[in-house]
Amino acid sequence: MTNPNLKLNPKLFKEDIDPVRGREGSSHTSSLRDKQHTSASNGVEQVPTRFGYGEGLVIAGKENPNVVALCADLTDSTRTSVFKKEFPDRFVEVGIGEQNMASLASGMAAVGKIPFISSYAMFSPGRNWEQIRTTICYNNQNVKIAGAHSGVSVGPDGATHQAIEDMAITRVIPNMVVIAPCDAIEAKKATIAAARYKGPVYIRFTREKTPIMTTEETPFEIGKAEIYREGKDVTIICCGPLVYEALKAAEELAKEGIEAEVINNHTIKPMDKETILESVKKTGCVVTIEEHQAAGGMGSAVSEILSQNFPAPMEIIGVKDRFGESGEPNELLEKFGLTAKNIIESAKKAIKRK
Amino acid sequence: MLSDEQIKKLEATANDIRQDIIAMLLEAKSGHSAGPLGMADVFTVLYHTDAIKHDPKNPDWEERDRIVLSNGHICPVLYAAMARTGYFPVEELKTLRKFGTRLQGHPHRIALPGLETSSGPLGSGLSQAAGMAYALKADKKKSQVVCLMSDGELDCGQTWEAALWAGKNKLDNLTAIIDRNNIQIDGFTEDIMPLEPLDEKFHAFGWHVLEINGNDIRAVYDAVFQARAIFEKPVCIIAYTIPGKGVDFMEQDFNWHGKPPNKEEGEKALRQLRTLGGKISGE
Repeated sequence: MTNPNLKLNPKLFKEDIDPVRGREGSSHTSSLRDKQHTSASNGVEQVPTRFGYGEGLVIAGKENPNVVALCADLTDSTRTSVFKKEFPDRFVEVGIGEQNMASLASGMAAVGKIPFISSYAMFSPGRNWEQIRTTICYNNQNVKIAGAHSGVSVGPDGATHQAIEDMAITRVIPNMVVIAPCDAIEAKKATIAAARYKGPVYIRFTREKTPIMTTEETPFEIGKAEIYREGKDVTIICCGPLVYEALKAAEELAKEGIEAEVINNHTIKPMDKETILESVKKTGCVVTIEEHQAAGGMGSAVSEILSQNFPAPMEIIGVKDRFGESGEPNELLEKFGLTAKNIIESAKKAIKRK
Repeated sequence: MLSDEQIKKLEATANDIRQDIIAMLLEAKSGHSAGPLGMADVFTVLYHTDAIKHDPKNPDWEERDRIVLSNGHICPVLYAAMARTGYFPVEELKTLRKFGTRLQGHPHRIALPGLETSSGPLGSGLSQAAGMAYALKADKKKSQVVCLMSDGELDCGQTWEAALWAGKNKLDNLTAIIDRNNIQIDGFTEDIMPLEPLDEKFHAFGWHVLEINGNDIRAVYDAVFQARAIFEKPVCIIAYTIPGKGVDFMEQDFNWHGKPPNKEEGEKALRQLRTLGGKISGE
């Protein structure tokens, strides 16, 4: 049972629990959805998280006239186009120059603007990391970095466009907040929250349609992890769209009498130490999963907390020190071991090690 | 227009700043010598005349012009110019690069009020200055943005991304002053990575270009005002300076780019500056 207090999507796991990513389905009326990019299967709608960014940006723009959006020649696929349409005078085209974009934003923030800069995560914060570190974070300027197309599920474009190092390189910079929203609705909330927060924030988004797990009513607060499902045998800590795989794994484990606690750990920094420690003290072992290198990412950050406060058997699921490649998202998630099946195996392994 | 008397006074200030630079480097035992000495006249004009609107007693004054130092390693000249116009006590200059100082080895915006940004990694100042100029223009503010850059950092691609973008956006409230001293750490700029024809490069990117003697206070002052009169284009002032200016054994020698004087060299340098190279008898 998912936590009823969080008002998650009531359609979750109502029927078959194995939606196929990318399958076209019935159309919906919500503004987050359009025919090209959404689908539903087995009752759960699917929308790319980057769509939530576009929507959230417009809301943030309405809330605060200082919000401006910069983009490096990827206005449509980063969904900055939605903001551009609404606020053409507050949209800034930078061309293919991510380093310039980061420092321009720092300068704009220095005179009171709240710039959101967007590109694919591989280019920002990938290519412009030093500019983000020095001109944004060392200056503690109020700039938000939106990295679209993170993870191997970017698919056919291949390894050059699949950012699986972005959380590692951003979370080590002082002053930076790092968020990986689990679905388009949470992505929208994270974008709005980032605009209200004063200081540098990195938010990672994904390209493909992924299941909508939350509702408008589900709570979201920067730095506050949410327990999506309660359990006593193992804690599964996850972030991004793979939260769905974790919930699915928990459903399966329940059939075998294993009660898994599932935590949506959307804020990688500052991480919700209390929620994590409390859960692991209860369950005694932990599995983390992320669409990122296993080294340096969310799981590493969790292990930093646990190893120093409450050492417990832990399995970190992520990409194991290699690059991505071309393929369909499902094929790649399977190849890199980022599915419910892998979580189930790791959970059993972790429980055995208790 | 500056009167002859004003010029004389400003030249004396520039000389004080040069002595501060040597004294600071002697005390710190590390840091850059040639660039700061060469740019003392430009910084004297920026901080000690009406060329730039600023208020040392109110560094966050919203209507101020913005001075963005891109090549952070020449910060001794920035700190000395700021101290001598009242941002902080001149005695504090001796803390340069020391533990607990507000005068970090490369400038840190948060450490010292009056700094517009942190800098050190080269090539990102022009982008920040352009971002400020764009946002100020969008808000219909009258403030000017002046970005100080080295010629060596023009090797960085980001500089040209910013130059393209500033030209595209016709940022006529933005002035870049390039310290054209022809040296960088590894040698002469034209040997390391040729920059000429530099004026034509900026012209081609949509900038108005002025070329001046950067060690002539009147020329610097006039150019900063002339830049304000240019409409619909950012302005690039190529300021030809003598690296190490005022200390004969440092002048034009790239070996002095990145090192401080030792005790003996420092005393010799101070003696030269105090006597204006032997022209006056000193104290």
